[in-house]
Amino acid sequence: MAFLSVKNTKITGIAACVSKFIIENKQSPLFDTESLTAFINGTGVERKRKAPADTCTSDLCIAAAEQLIKDLQWNKEDIDILIFVSQTPDYVLPATACVIQERLGLSTDCYAMDISLGCSGWVYGLQVVSSLLQSLDKKGKALLLVGDTILKFCSETDKSTYPLFGDAGTATALEYNENTGEMYFDMHTDGSGYKAIIIEDGGFRKQVTESSFAMHNRGEGISSNNLQLSLDGMDVFSFGIQRAPQSVNALIEHFQLDKEGMDYFLFHQANLFMNEKIRKKLQIPPEKVPYSLKDFGNTSSATIPLTMVTQLQKDLQSRHLKNIACGFGVGLSWGSVYFETDCITVPDLIEI
Amino acid sequence: MEAFIKHFAAQFDDTEVGEFTATTVFKDLEEWSSLLALSVIAMADEEYGVKIKGEDIRNAKTIEDLYNVVKSKQ
Repeated sequence: MAFLSVKNTKITGIAACVSKFIIENKQSPLFDTESLTAFINGTGVERKRKAPADTCTSDLCIAAAEQLIKDLQWNKEDIDILIFVSQTPDYVLPATACVIQERLGLSTDCYAMDISLGCSGWVYGLQVVSSLLQSLDKKGKALLLVGDTILKFCSETDKSTYPLFGDAGTATALEYNENTGEMYFDMHTDGSGYKAIIIEDGGFRKQVTESSFAMHNRGEGISSNNLQLSLDGMDVFSFGIQRAPQSVNALIEHFQLDKEGMDYFLFHQANLFMNEKIRKKLQIPPEKVPYSLKDFGNTSSATIPLTMVTQLQKDLQSRHLKNIACGFGVGLSWGSVYFETDCITVPDLIEI
Repeated sequence: MEAFIKHFAAQFDDTEVGEFTATTVFKDLEEWSSLLALSVIAMADEEYGVKIKGEDIRNAKTIEDLYNVVKSKQ
């Protein structure tokens, strides 16, 4: 088991940005009245935001970052590290982090790279950034940009993906700071489940051919092509209800954390039914587990920071909080983190 | 087997308990849905500590088939 601890890293702010275009599931042609009620009761997703064709994840993340930099009164030349976590980059190459470095006007001394992870991405990104801050030869600053425009990959005729997912981009600001609590991590990977959430074609294992565009009927109400996201809901569910609670418990046990003393438990949100199973298994009261699922859907790696911005803004701004976050999904990849926040900067949700 | 059928039936709201037997072809039940499939997976996890995969549900026809999967993984 990969347990990690990092000292001297402080989260100083979190911002999130979504498109202003709202898609209401109640207007979806995929459901009749009865199946719509069952879908919303089960998944908890009523509506979500969809980025238009000309808006990429980077655009959402840049808008979030610009606001955060302004509110924190950071000088852009002081930002030493930029990590972009996404599975919806601008280009196959170059790395989107390089494009963002220029667009944000950051220094050419900036360390920048992409990480390709989904639902576990914010937790992994936090681990990488906080470790990098320890390696800098000065007390530095870093930006962790995390998000996806995953709806671009979803078939509108696939009820197992299209109504569930939403687009969002986030920015988390981190600083080297010796007067802050440690962060603790528990990280895992199980590549045997790589097919549970996959886009079959368009990479280099299976390059795009004419047949990539052929629509396949994969079950009732599930029609998509091989360039679109395919999700085995049952496998992901089985994985989630087992691995997420295991990881949170392992983190608490290994680092001897006071579970009752936590203010919030922030989970990646895939659907309400699964998330509630996870919460109940861990015996956490509902008021400690905020969700953004109802209005934003499953926003991939952005769910945890988006939930913090939309559900906990006042608490994050006004008091010291002890939190555990757990991301789990595509890969399969999962991890948990314990971190504290103390009156951090949280701009209102940005809409573009 | 009896206990498993009871646990299986408990996931359903509208289907009569009498309809559940070892040979019930559960996917033919009117109430069967993708969400019920998830409930059955959760039941196997909670009651038997067993991880059922999507493939297991897809390959099973009767409740007994599923019982055998759970038994083999215990």
